[in-house]
Amino acid sequence: MILRAAVAALFLLGGLLPGPAGAAPGRLKLATTTSTANSGLLAWLHPPFEEKHGVEVHVIAVGTGKALRLGQNGDVDVVLVHAREAEERFVAEGHGVGRREVMYNDFVIAGPPEDPAGVRGMRDAAGALRRIAGRGALWFSRGDDSGTHKKEEALWRAAGLVPRGPWFRLLGQGMGKTLIAAEEKRAYTLSDRGTFAAFAAKEKISLALLAEGDERLFNPYGVIAVNPARHPGVNHELAAKYVEFLVSPEGQRRIGAFRMNGRQLFHPSAGRAPGN
Amino acid sequence: MEFLFEGFREGLLRALRADPAVMRAAGVTLQVSFAAILIAALAGLPAGYALAVARFRGRGLAIAVLQTLLGLPTVVIGLLLYGFLSRRGPLGFADLLFTPSAIVAGLVVLALPIVAVFGMTAVASVDARARETAWTLGASPARAAWTVVREARFGMVAAVLAAFGRVASEVGIAMMLGGNIEGYTRTLTTAIALESTRGEFGFGIALGAVLIAVIFATNLLSRWLQRS
Repeated sequence: MILRAAVAALFLLGGLLPGPAGAAPGRLKLATTTSTANSGLLAWLHPPFEEKHGVEVHVIAVGTGKALRLGQNGDVDVVLVHAREAEERFVAEGHGVGRREVMYNDFVIAGPPEDPAGVRGMRDAAGALRRIAGRGALWFSRGDDSGTHKKEEALWRAAGLVPRGPWFRLLGQGMGKTLIAAEEKRAYTLSDRGTFAAFAAKEKISLALLAEGDERLFNPYGVIAVNPARHPGVNHELAAKYVEFLVSPEGQRRIGAFRMNGRQLFHPSAGRAPGN
Repeated sequence: MEFLFEGFREGLLRALRADPAVMRAAGVTLQVSFAAILIAALAGLPAGYALAVARFRGRGLAIAVLQTLLGLPTVVIGLLLYGFLSRRGPLGFADLLFTPSAIVAGLVVLALPIVAVFGMTAVASVDARARETAWTLGASPARAAWTVVREARFGMVAAVLAAFGRVASEVGIAMMLGGNIEGYTRTLTTAIALESTRGEFGFGIALGAVLIAVIFATNLLSRWLQRS
């Protein structure tokens, strides 16, 4: 009886103790997109930074829209996202400071290999969208206010179209789930190259990469520290060090050296003019 | 189906080889679940007892509210508490968001109505004569309460276990308030959600099997504890 009571007490009280990962000595909260976190880039990038400063980078992987929202509310210290217009607005409205360009990759238009709309090999992304819309071929949109979704909306605007109709579906899902859904339903979709390559390499999808190379498909990533004047509670000192690290020669070299299935996914670009 | 089976086998092997990431997620799940259940039981079982035996104004309303809260979606609990815990919210100064404690707070909100409602049912189903008998035999109110609780103990344990199963298996609260931070707030369920977004379905199911094993072990432990 006493033994049992002791075991029960031990288990229940054990829950109240901080776990092995307990309160980190210093923690930097980073809100970022699923494309950087799920590709494994950040797990490859962070250890030298964490070791050097004796801190832990806590990655909260969400869509770009939500990441910026968390920054605006002061719930994270720094954001790493990909939606240049929204980033510039974020800084202009005083939510963030010291935005720096970090790296880029690009978007691709993926679809069923049989390509019912006939967009294979097209360079003009807006033209490809117009053709898909014209044929009424099934299109799956992320519909989740992510960086990819914002890019897609800009492309529809460039195509001079307001997509509407039974062929156009707003999924409200992340990139991976959208690709899986497109695979199941033989739909076209816009994807970042990294996620598409990862899914295609592991044969989770048989979708084909149909259109690429338009400069409008350029996908730059920016890092922004949350404004400490607006949110005194944020760890700005560490956030500033993190931004410095990403754009430093060492950080840039690591970004360029990252490989997934032998392929480079992100191209360092911090050498360019800041805030551009 | 073969692709699922492949991933499942691989994932199960990883988990059985005590993969550190899987172990950490299981550890976080146990840690936040036990903490939340302890708090919910300490508050909810007395509340359930009071609702079953006491007669007071507003009792019917309190029961109705608690029973309605049984249907509260976890993602709504997550959103509500986010409003409180965000740095812009009234409790923002405590810096609790994206910590295990924030998950515990949400899980308590989830577990409390379950423990209270089913605890109340357990007490109410004890024959009222048991209490009256104790009373007429000269027992103090505390002594009479103890008699009732002893009679109702299996139902009360079932209430706590039901709440544990719910708490350990929910995903909305842990995702929203914990942030799914690897090694810190990543639970088995948020890990499963992550694997499903990455298209690693088989591994996700393997993690589900680990979660079920954890809940099963907890139930075995509670049976052993009750054998008194």
